[in-house]
Amino acid sequence: MSEPVQTAPAPAALPAGTLRRLMRRKLALFGLAIIFLVVGGAVFAPWIAPYAPDDQLFEGLTLFGEPMPPSAAFLMGTDLLGRDLFSRMLYGAQTSLIIGVVANGVALVIGTLVGVLAGFLRGWIGAVLMRFTDLMMAFPALLLAICLAAIFQPSLWIVAMVIALVNWVQTARVVYTETTSLAEREFIAAEKTLGASRARILFKHILPHLIPTLIVWGTLGISVTVLLEATLSFLGVGVQPPTPSWGNIIFENQTYFQAAPWLVFIPGAAILLLALAFNLVGDALRDVLDPTQRGND
Amino acid sequence: MSQSQTATAPSGATAPLLSVRDLTVSVRDRGVVRPLVAGLSFDLNAGETLAIAGESGSGKSITSLALMGLLPNNVSVTAGQALLEGTDLPQLPEAQMRRWRGARLAMIFQEPMTSLNPVHTIGSQMTEAIRAHEPVTAAAARAAAIEALRKVRIPEPDRRMKQYPHELSGGMRQRVMIAMALALRPALLIADEPTTALDVTVQREVLDLLRALQAETGTAIILITHDMGVVAESADRVVVMRQGRMIESAPVRDLFAAPQQDYTRKLLAAVPRLGAGAERAKPLPPAAPAPVARLVDARVHFDIGANFLGRPTHRVHAVEGVSFDIRPGETFGLVGESGCGKSTIAKALAGLVPHRGHVEVDGKALAGLTAQGKRDICRDIQMVFQDPMAALDPRMTVGEAVAEPLLIHGIGTAAERRARAAELFERVGLTPQQMTRYPHEFSGGQRQRICVARALSLKPKLIICDESVSALDVSVQAQVLDLLEELQQETGVSFLFISHDMAVVENVVDRLAVMYLGQIVEMGTRDQIFTNPQHGYTRRLLDAVPIPDPARQRPPQPQRSTEIPSPIWPIGSSPESVRLRDVGGGHLVAEEG
Repeated sequence: MSEPVQTAPAPAALPAGTLRRLMRRKLALFGLAIIFLVVGGAVFAPWIAPYAPDDQLFEGLTLFGEPMPPSAAFLMGTDLLGRDLFSRMLYGAQTSLIIGVVANGVALVIGTLVGVLAGFLRGWIGAVLMRFTDLMMAFPALLLAICLAAIFQPSLWIVAMVIALVNWVQTARVVYTETTSLAEREFIAAEKTLGASRARILFKHILPHLIPTLIVWGTLGISVTVLLEATLSFLGVGVQPPTPSWGNIIFENQTYFQAAPWLVFIPGAAILLLALAFNLVGDALRDVLDPTQRGND
Repeated sequence: MSQSQTATAPSGATAPLLSVRDLTVSVRDRGVVRPLVAGLSFDLNAGETLAIAGESGSGKSITSLALMGLLPNNVSVTAGQALLEGTDLPQLPEAQMRRWRGARLAMIFQEPMTSLNPVHTIGSQMTEAIRAHEPVTAAAARAAAIEALRKVRIPEPDRRMKQYPHELSGGMRQRVMIAMALALRPALLIADEPTTALDVTVQREVLDLLRALQAETGTAIILITHDMGVVAESADRVVVMRQGRMIESAPVRDLFAAPQQDYTRKLLAAVPRLGAGAERAKPLPPAAPAPVARLVDARVHFDIGANFLGRPTHRVHAVEGVSFDIRPGETFGLVGESGCGKSTIAKALAGLVPHRGHVEVDGKALAGLTAQGKRDICRDIQMVFQDPMAALDPRMTVGEAVAEPLLIHGIGTAAERRARAAELFERVGLTPQQMTRYPHEFSGGQRQRICVARALSLKPKLIICDESVSALDVSVQAQVLDLLEELQQETGVSFLFISHDMAVVENVVDRLAVMYLGQIVEMGTRDQIFTNPQHGYTRRLLDAVPIPDPARQRPPQPQRSTEIPSPIWPIGSSPESVRLRDVGGGHLVAEEG
């Protein structure tokens, strides 16, 4: 008897017309525009930035040594050391995007993998995976991050990895719960009676149903990771100064909040806007990818 | 509002209790107002039962919610009146309506489990409901609650007061709902599909109970149902609705004897009737030497509970020593009430639950198969589930779903698979153009056709239909049953037809087995069982089937004094196996102790 061809489940490509239908949503377009702006700013920072990010400018401070508020010369003002905030924001976008997209993405992948495997396989593998997840949840994330960052030499990529390693836990929990309830649904039983292999059930019939959850957690994770990076920077185990990141700009300047509010307000608003933008795009993408919403847009 | 002056009560002498005039209920969706119920008018007198009958989407439930003032946010009464003793219900402010709800007009729903709060005892829910409307002491409310439970013939009402909803059976829960609804002696009771979720013998008891209580209290009842048998047995007058409009309104005898409208005639013709199956003369398939499926002393047990060592303490004997054959080309029925193990047998055959004993499909024993062997068995045995919406992946087009079994078993090229799916679509009465759509874009009947097409794609020898038509409207149900019969004649496929509905079963099966508590209590050909039922349980099942003929009123069935015993036994003990005795011609009957 010949082995029947068990076609490898193809990765779910985006259905045709997804982009077109995404474009029809105004809020999604707004989100996309912000993302493009931030990405563009980060990539072209060396060309756009009027000053070097770590250049302590003499004219960047008042005669009393105070930071300058936003003006024509310094679009976003200057910080305590007379550095141009606009330039630092542009370079800081590189760091924050890497943290928010890469670290958060890795966390999402780890969490999904652990949650889906535990929920789908159950048994002792599932028990071991979930007890490990619970252990990670009980362990203070910040302490773990500090330990890991202290062991390795802090660099941007190490910080990203550390953040990924502490942030997958919630995703794993949520995905696990979703998977166990999906596995009990009748269409999964129907697939079993058709003779579908476990891999096919997992990739074709369970993973696509997790997309909405993953989009929500993925977009929420962006602001969480960017802020965690800021916390780590503040504690001295994050991205090392003078490399700017949106998070460490806030923390460097927070004590001068009352004297120079723009130093905290501008990077704070940037983090908020970036998270909001990913959220809007994520929401729209979730609706566009959901076939039961067809015709509603 | 001007119409209301012209509409006076037909009797003239006494005004009707409830008078509905040109009631229109509309939904507002994205600025578009669309009527769900349009121009509905009827009268209801005290002590009378009015049935609102119709298929899904007819607006019958929306009507009841409109009367109760429980419409969803985007739905509202846009025209007409509903006068309860002269007060227009839709005009009543919410604060006033809240006082009336429960006291003046009460409602019971289809699913008693979800209508009762699972974290409160029956007693606290009932006394709360009474004290919300009447300024009585806790003790007086408690006494009233016990009295209400006694009225609905619940044994040991004092003990029930301390129980939680999950401790009661479905029938008992619905009795509690009725007791709560009637405790405050409302003038009007709206019962929305009150027996649809119940077993047929329990349905009978609940309907009898409603009728007896109505005679005592004089409450007017609006009975909303899709079941014309229930209508015939319980209603005085009937309103037939379709797509939000009233089709016909008549006293129940007139409606069944001489329906005026085409739609009503079609609806009545589609109702499966006991006794009609015998007219369908079809020769029994001969007992071939090789059955398609054979069960010998099959058992399915589930262990539950755990002691301090993690060992199970109890065992559910879901299926206990069941033996039967399914012959090629025949339809074998399994009937029984919920929890009797009929669906578990289907799952065991489909390999979804582990079994003991011997189960073979096409000569191959299911136990001890390799993964490859299990996959090959799937080509011979397919399943059509009860709820087609749940059985189809909502994120997959229906074309993909029908072609998927071929893909799983590596049959044909992508183009061949598509062609085969298109052919199957046409065969089940759909068009190949519909293949790119998703399940939610179809109606219930169409979805079930898609499931049938998917089951057919591998050309199986046996298709298990587990309550496959139970969730469908009667007219659609008849079409799907016809389709199944045609397919059987064309392809010679066998069906294992599992159902709780004796009338449907009589119309489709060649042979059947009656199950009770995991065991077969009677088995034989359709004629043997339906014309000469021997076992007491079979007779009770048959007696309980509502007959869609109001001229044939039957006396109330004596109520069962006890609940169905539990199939859960401590580890180490097991239920006694019944012994089947041949009473002639292969008609097997369990000996009753």
